[in-house]
Amino acid sequence: MQHVDGNAIAGPLAEFFAFDITTAVARCNGCGFVAELARAMVYTSPAGSVLRCASCEQVLATLVESDDRAWFGFSGVSAIEVRRR
Amino acid sequence: MSDASTATATTATSEPARALAAVPRAGWHVATVAATRRETANAARLELEVDGWPGNAAGQHLDLRLTAPDGYTATRSYSIASSGSGTRVVLAVDRLPDGEVSPFLVNEVRVGDRLEVHGPLGAFFVWRPVDHGALRSAGDGAGGAASALRARPVQLIAGGSGIVPLFAMATAHAEARDLTPFRMLYSVRTPDDLFFAEELMALAATSDDFRLDLVYTRRTPDGWPNPAGRVTREALEGAVLPATERPIVYVCGSTGFVERVASWLIELGHDARDIRTERFGGI
Amino acid sequence: MSFITRGFSGRSHERDERLPPGQTLVHDFPVLSAGPTPEIDTAEWEFSITTETGGVHSWNWQQFMALPIDEVDTDIHCVTHWSKLGTSWRGISLDTLFENVETQYDYVMAHSYGGYTTNLALDDLLDGKAWIAFEFDGEPLDPEHGGPARLLVPHLYFWKSAKWVRGLVMMGEDEPGFWEQNGYHLHGDPWKEERYW
Repeated sequence: MQHVDGNAIAGPLAEFFAFDITTAVARCNGCGFVAELARAMVYTSPAGSVLRCASCEQVLATLVESDDRAWFGFSGVSAIEVRRR
Repeated sequence: MSDASTATATTATSEPARALAAVPRAGWHVATVAATRRETANAARLELEVDGWPGNAAGQHLDLRLTAPDGYTATRSYSIASSGSGTRVVLAVDRLPDGEVSPFLVNEVRVGDRLEVHGPLGAFFVWRPVDHGALRSAGDGAGGAASALRARPVQLIAGGSGIVPLFAMATAHAEARDLTPFRMLYSVRTPDDLFFAEELMALAATSDDFRLDLVYTRRTPDGWPNPAGRVTREALEGAVLPATERPIVYVCGSTGFVERVASWLIELGHDARDIRTERFGGI
Repeated sequence: MSFITRGFSGRSHERDERLPPGQTLVHDFPVLSAGPTPEIDTAEWEFSITTETGGVHSWNWQQFMALPIDEVDTDIHCVTHWSKLGTSWRGISLDTLFENVETQYDYVMAHSYGGYTTNLALDDLLDGKAWIAFEFDGEPLDPEHGGPARLLVPHLYFWKSAKWVRGLVMMGEDEPGFWEQNGYHLHGDPWKEERYW
């Protein structure tokens, strides 16, 4: 299966955050790699999207959507950073 | 605490931070199809008039949702070929075999149809014209600051319909009369598969700051100097700005294309942080 | 603000009483994955069951293939609204694999090569309801469909039929697996439409 980039799921994530979280830098709690979520590898299927660390492939976050609800899990992220200026 | 805030306040804004600054807020909008035309035998260009569209930066995308009479919905992402503050949004859609949404957009959609779109989306894969006012005033004050702010050259690398967001960047560059050196490598199957062929040729002919390199993978025009074939590492090395010029590189195409190109760029000395990719799946 | 898109019909609507509510019939076999497809050589493959005492029952490929094999004809139902009717599999029944396993625990976490997990009640695995399948439609199971071997629990949504399964660990409580932690239902009965939390 072919992965895409974190920026591909900016749309559904816009329902959760007031800014584009794919531009936020996140730290993988598996290997410590630090990069924008837009640079994560995204495996998308109708069941949901899985963001994996571009360095170690660990699961960073998940996105599940039903007709009337959506879930964002970020079990593999130890911290995210936003830029204030 | 006060020490910490002082330190933050004196930190110069980095180039990527400025590039990411303040894109318009995403929302759901009703788009009315204003014009359609064939882009290639397999693709269509759709011009949408989007009520309430806040404008978009070059390189952004939108999500488009179709709803069937039984309530079933299908949502897909499409790169935007246009940019700026207007409410006109241009898409170019390649028809995927066995696709659910793209055949509908390419074959069924008519002028006047209404579609739901969510956007603008994705503030990472964007390019903005350089603020030359800021450059000049920084230059007036201190030479060091001017060189820190000097725009880095831009290399665009497109595979097939991956041209769409990169075409938006090249157009934004030309319309802003931006002096940043731009170079585009566009890999396409045959001359008949070129998206925005006229516009790209015009850009290449009229702008000193935009250079276009084409690679044909299946069939070349008559008299083309190179045989048809996929982009190789050697061809890439010959056609992209060298790592020593520290270009920002935008790569868009199928996942396989982007993977190959990105790994060669790293081998050729480009810093991974200077490479921005947008894969759209497939092989 | 959703409105119907002129001319868009969406999916086909073949009706069949074997289809649970909200399901659509497909004739192909869609591939759903949460990550890269692991390549597992049967020479290195191993399957194990781990109990609360730390006891481990394990089988290598040769030992596994020496167990009695079931032919399974069944319908499968994916939570993403597709169902496939009359699929044929070969595999080892979980009843066979649990024959000598002593446990007081009622729940199981299935673990896969590649890190995927899914939780199941032991009751949903025994009495001829579940298999470790290694053949689909007369062919060795393709890696993208979970080969060399996957769990097959056809009476639950198909995310419970863990691809690339490598082991089952007994649990005292029903704890959520990968998708179950992130929005999906703990149990997943398609006839009750147990799709999400």
